[in-house]
Amino acid sequence: MRRLTGTFLGYAILVFFGLVFLYPFFIQIASAFKTQADAAAHPLSLVPHPFDTSSFQRIFDSTDFPRWVGNSVLVTVLVTAGRVFFDSLAGYALARLRFPGRGGVFATVLAVMAVPGVVLFIPKFLVLNQLGIYDSYAGLILPLIADATGVFIMKQFFESVPPDVEEAARVDGAGVVRTYWSVVLPMARPALITLTILAFQGSWNEFPHTVVAVQSPELFTLPRGLADLVSGSLGKGTQYPLKLGAALLATIPVAVLFVIFQRYFVRGANEGATKG
Amino acid sequence: MTLLRERGTRRPDVVVPRGRGSIRGPEARAGWLFVAPAAVLLALFVLLPVLMALWVSLTSWNGQGSPFTGRAPFVGVDNYTKLFTEDGLARQDFFTSVRNNLYYVVLVVPLQTVLALCLALVANQRLLKGRTFFRAAFYFPSVTSSVAISVVFLFLFANSGTVNAVLGLFGIDGPLWFSDSRGLVHLVLDGVGLVNLDAPPAALADHGVFGLSWWDWISGPSVAMCTIITLVVWTTSGTFMLMFLAALQDVPVALEEASLIDGANRWQRFRAVTLPHLRPVLFLVLTLGLISTWQVFDQIYVMSQGDPAKTTLTPAYLSYRTAFRSFDYGSGAAISFVLFSIIVVLTAVQRWLLRERRG
Repeated sequence: MRRLTGTFLGYAILVFFGLVFLYPFFIQIASAFKTQADAAAHPLSLVPHPFDTSSFQRIFDSTDFPRWVGNSVLVTVLVTAGRVFFDSLAGYALARLRFPGRGGVFATVLAVMAVPGVVLFIPKFLVLNQLGIYDSYAGLILPLIADATGVFIMKQFFESVPPDVEEAARVDGAGVVRTYWSVVLPMARPALITLTILAFQGSWNEFPHTVVAVQSPELFTLPRGLADLVSGSLGKGTQYPLKLGAALLATIPVAVLFVIFQRYFVRGANEGATKG
Repeated sequence: MTLLRERGTRRPDVVVPRGRGSIRGPEARAGWLFVAPAAVLLALFVLLPVLMALWVSLTSWNGQGSPFTGRAPFVGVDNYTKLFTEDGLARQDFFTSVRNNLYYVVLVVPLQTVLALCLALVANQRLLKGRTFFRAAFYFPSVTSSVAISVVFLFLFANSGTVNAVLGLFGIDGPLWFSDSRGLVHLVLDGVGLVNLDAPPAALADHGVFGLSWWDWISGPSVAMCTIITLVVWTTSGTFMLMFLAALQDVPVALEEASLIDGANRWQRFRAVTLPHLRPVLFLVLTLGLISTWQVFDQIYVMSQGDPAKTTLTPAYLSYRTAFRSFDYGSGAAISFVLFSIIVVLTAVQRWLLRERRG
């Protein structure tokens, strides 16, 4: 009997918190298909009445949404590819190759990881300004490729793999680059997938960097455009179906990725955290 | 660790047929080649910029031309003293933002830690079906865009929004969340009849420190700030839940069973078996929370821009606003370095605590 009530209580708590964590998303989806009047009058209802898709039409007609999506895709693809490529190279070198200055480079990586992102607003602006790439695609993308946490994760991974296979390849006369490309990288698949997901999620959602790196609306990514839409041009308190619809569209790519690669997200969360 | 040592001693015998130099050459070159792109990017976009900003924080550069050609006026530590010792708007704003962030930290860190621990304990019950689904549901908010989530919460807490509709079901008239600058502590003191909000006691209102009266210091987080606190607790609990879950899975089953046989009840078992096991993660979660809560920016930018009555202003947002909206880059940089030192101190405390644990 006690076990039964315990189980029931367990489910009750699960369902309650399940609702707390998911209901806002359901509300968001429902309200995106409501009319302005309906959204304001029935903020709790999950059924749009009448069902209305005009807010999505307005997202594409009256805002720069397609442009933001294009910029976001460009930034995400380049940043993810750059991070995965450079982080795994550097992680491997720090874990396996002996070269003078290795300790110094690793210490630098650790130091950079300890620098909190929010204190870099002005510094980043200064360097972009000085290099002449403020308000350009280069300024939007290059600084995001610098990623100490990714280097650290890859180094940890390579250190956890026994070196026997690569050594066998080396004894057979393969050079460092060859060994890396055809022996090491294929073994590193799980870590590479984790890193890809972290980088994709991070760059797709990235907001503060876009605030300090660009100011022209043509260079806005989705989060920047969305923030502008909410706090600026359309004013407060109105157009909720439109805003919620735009936010919904911005959430979908990461949500899809999350459903497919959930365990890699979990792994990434735990590895990113134990970096200390 | 043993792996590394083994490798270190074994490898030279295997692959070094002609002395150290010959193998070190190509390996060293490859090492530098591999590490160079990442190292250059980090140096160029993190280390160098920090040094540049340190210089700019000693000038009164206004964004015109380059701050490094000598045309930007050098003002020494003025930008820093303005924050601490000179009576003026700069100091008042800065300490208002510190006060706001302190209340934010004091509420967010314990709330998200307790919520994350509860979620982990429930989601770890082996008897419950559908655990994986709920675990994913709790974690999902953490992976979504902070801007998109802030938009959703703008609607939830709108005057005619979801939260006020729920409160209405219980007969409560919800506040105008985003325009309510009244502090929680003030409201409670007013509610129990200790003080009058419109006529605060002179003893508190007429004296103060760092440009704020004692009355302002004890305000508590504003009603508007509470929406941001709710949002952040809601989004970050999932991540910390995963850390607790990973640790919970390491609690030896034998130990739990032994305590069951000894007749320990649920609470005793939690206190005596589970909690000691979780102590290291608890430290980690608390300190990570402490560090990240001093960095709140995105939500402020989207939801409140520091309003109403500066009660959601935080040092991070203030530094941004001072530099990029008021074009006072020197003061903005100085604020971010003060914030930096707050976070560095907290990180050092974290490192120190973790070392205690490992040692």
